[in-house]
Amino acid sequence: MPDSSAATGLHAEAHNPALLHHFAEPQQQRDAASLGMWVFLATEVMFFGGLFCAYLIYRRLYFGDFAAASKTINMGLGATNTAVLICSSLTVVLAVWAAQTARRTLLITSLIITMLLGLVFLGIKGIEYREKFVEHHVPGASFSFDKVPIPGHPGQYADPHHAQLFFSLYFVMTGLHALHMIIGLGIFLWLLIMAWKGRFTPEWHTPVEIGGLYWHFVDIIWIYLFPLLYLIDRHP
Amino acid sequence: MPQPERENYLNKHYGVWSWLLTTDHKRIALLYLISITFFFFIGGFFALLIRLELLTPAGDLVQADTYNKLFTMHGMVMVFFFLIPSIPAVLGNFLVPMMIGAKDLAFPRINLLSWYLYIIGGVMMLHCMLTGGVDTGWTFYAPFATNFTNTKIVEAALAIFVAGFSSILTGLNFVVTIHRMRAPGMTWSRLPLFIWAHYATSIIQLLGTPVIAVTIVLVACERALHLGIFDPKLGGDPLLFQHLFWFYSHPAVYIMILPAMGVVTEIIACFSRKRIFGYSFVAFSSIAIAVFGFLVWAHHMFVAGMSVYAALVFSLLSYAVAVPSAIKVFNWTATLYKGSIHYDAPMLYAFGFLGLFTIGGLTGLFLAALGINVHVTDTYFVVAHFHYIMVGGAVMGYLGGMHFWWPKISGKLYPEGWARLAALIVFIGFNLTFFPQFLLGYMGMPRRYYDYSHMPEFQILNVLSTAGATVLGVGYLLPMIYFLWSMRYGKPAPDNPWNAAGLEWKTPSPPPTFNFDEEPVVTWEAYNYEQLDAPSKEEVPVAR
Repeated sequence: MPDSSAATGLHAEAHNPALLHHFAEPQQQRDAASLGMWVFLATEVMFFGGLFCAYLIYRRLYFGDFAAASKTINMGLGATNTAVLICSSLTVVLAVWAAQTARRTLLITSLIITMLLGLVFLGIKGIEYREKFVEHHVPGASFSFDKVPIPGHPGQYADPHHAQLFFSLYFVMTGLHALHMIIGLGIFLWLLIMAWKGRFTPEWHTPVEIGGLYWHFVDIIWIYLFPLLYLIDRHP
Repeated sequence: MPQPERENYLNKHYGVWSWLLTTDHKRIALLYLISITFFFFIGGFFALLIRLELLTPAGDLVQADTYNKLFTMHGMVMVFFFLIPSIPAVLGNFLVPMMIGAKDLAFPRINLLSWYLYIIGGVMMLHCMLTGGVDTGWTFYAPFATNFTNTKIVEAALAIFVAGFSSILTGLNFVVTIHRMRAPGMTWSRLPLFIWAHYATSIIQLLGTPVIAVTIVLVACERALHLGIFDPKLGGDPLLFQHLFWFYSHPAVYIMILPAMGVVTEIIACFSRKRIFGYSFVAFSSIAIAVFGFLVWAHHMFVAGMSVYAALVFSLLSYAVAVPSAIKVFNWTATLYKGSIHYDAPMLYAFGFLGLFTIGGLTGLFLAALGINVHVTDTYFVVAHFHYIMVGGAVMGYLGGMHFWWPKISGKLYPEGWARLAALIVFIGFNLTFFPQFLLGYMGMPRRYYDYSHMPEFQILNVLSTAGATVLGVGYLLPMIYFLWSMRYGKPAPDNPWNAAGLEWKTPSPPPTFNFDEEPVVTWEAYNYEQLDAPSKEEVPVAR
């Protein structure tokens, strides 16, 4: 955590409205908030960890079918979304820096751009989901996955049952990730309102920092989801 | 003494909203106390019906389907809505900040949020129960839960999901508080062992609960959205569900027992007037239990079709997890050795805990042994084993802690004579209920059967068990009655009725809203009873 404002923080202690009653000093409050977010992210790792575990077991069991199913999802859109999220992580870092250095306009701009990128991501995700609906690749009664060849095995076709397992995992994993994005957008909307009101100072901008941590985490989840779901056996 | 006039956390504000919107950890602890007591009696009611059904070999009190729902709802309510929040959310909430000299938990509003999540989950669970309930057992095994049963799986799953977040947030609050909010001088090696136990518990809550959360989300998705994750028709693996489920639900046992171990450590040190023997061993054995506890889950699945090699490894690891528990038991008994022991009610519960937890733990080793496990799996032996841990261990610890800290919580003394009687009744009732179940299980009575008319020779032991459950029920009602009574009629408690060490006793009873009138500075080791007792040895610190 790049934070060198401890000295100024002590200075502002006497009249710092953001210092909650049960903390002795702003530094302690900041450390607590930051540790709290890191601990929360550890629980999130375990939350997605269960899904990754299920995914990896099935992928090992039914590799060919998973590769065939993976080929039907749109790699171009997935790659675009990866780029979008990486850019949004950059704007989050900018927002934190702007808050540290009291650049209010830059802070507000960065927050807005981050949210826009988040919305672009969700929009593209929606297009991908729509494609899957149209192609009857959504698990359930209308699921169909006939005669899809297994990559690298000419003449063999994927088992539709196993492909349905892949798509179940695809929708749950990307769906929960999207839910995290939506929650992130809510957090950033609140940050934006606070920034608009000029609440953040170089002494106190903890919400920007820990909101940023959350956003980065959600990005990192995607960085793992993208190769796992989109790039199975994609070599030409 | 003008004690009644003193401003404290109970009389500072009045009115419903001062409670429902409070961020004071002590008030939230009381909110939890009321809510978990409510769920305890609901779960107990189901247990009573189960025991009544088993009084006779024929299935004559309830239908088979109803019986399935009864033991399912008993398990779900007791595990998720009583045992898991019991000590951490009530005693832990009240005591963690006080023991380390903090004004509150690190995130008071998140603490309140966690209580609301618990209540939302609880209301969903109540609604689920009143509109049909669930019949899968508390374990939700696929594919029965995902593809076959017609009961309210989705609603129960969501209720537990929400309650799980309440548990996660409590653990998060404790970890951050213990790391960041300790008073000056309160180093890690001076922490009360109650705090170490809660720290270890919180680690499990944080790392285990999300896994069951996502697992029951998958079950709910499978039922509601017709995805197929565990569906064998699609090539899905029901065993994967069991692995994910027990990855949390075995460590969850330690969520329930570790805080009780913390409570018992405090009580034993206080009532034998000695520093706890082997402080750092007791402290690190809590952490060891938290770590090893994550590596033994598959001993619940020895007969489910696992590879023999995996089963061997899990059997060995299950033996390993007994080592830190045994370290604790040995250290507690070594603490008692040559201590000046006082037999007050909290200590009676602690003694009960020691004996019953040891029996529960040793029978756990039976179950960890592959050969015996295959013989007694899914029999009453297993039921008896985990009730010795959950009820004989966790609930005994909880009641002992409630008695120990009740003067601090309420500012009133409970009636000691009644309390000792209740402790005795609980101990007798408990053993009468569950010891026969060991025998039943070893003789081969399967669990979850509502009708055993083809094996009527089991009736006598079942009658004993049901009789014991009635006694146990009386034993549980008594403390509730005299605690309530003492709030109105009890004698005012002094600040430190037990002459106990620990920061929570160095502040008035009940404590002021910010816990301490001035910030404490710690210059002594935990459990400095030799020092405490040195100046006035002739005075025996007993509250009557």
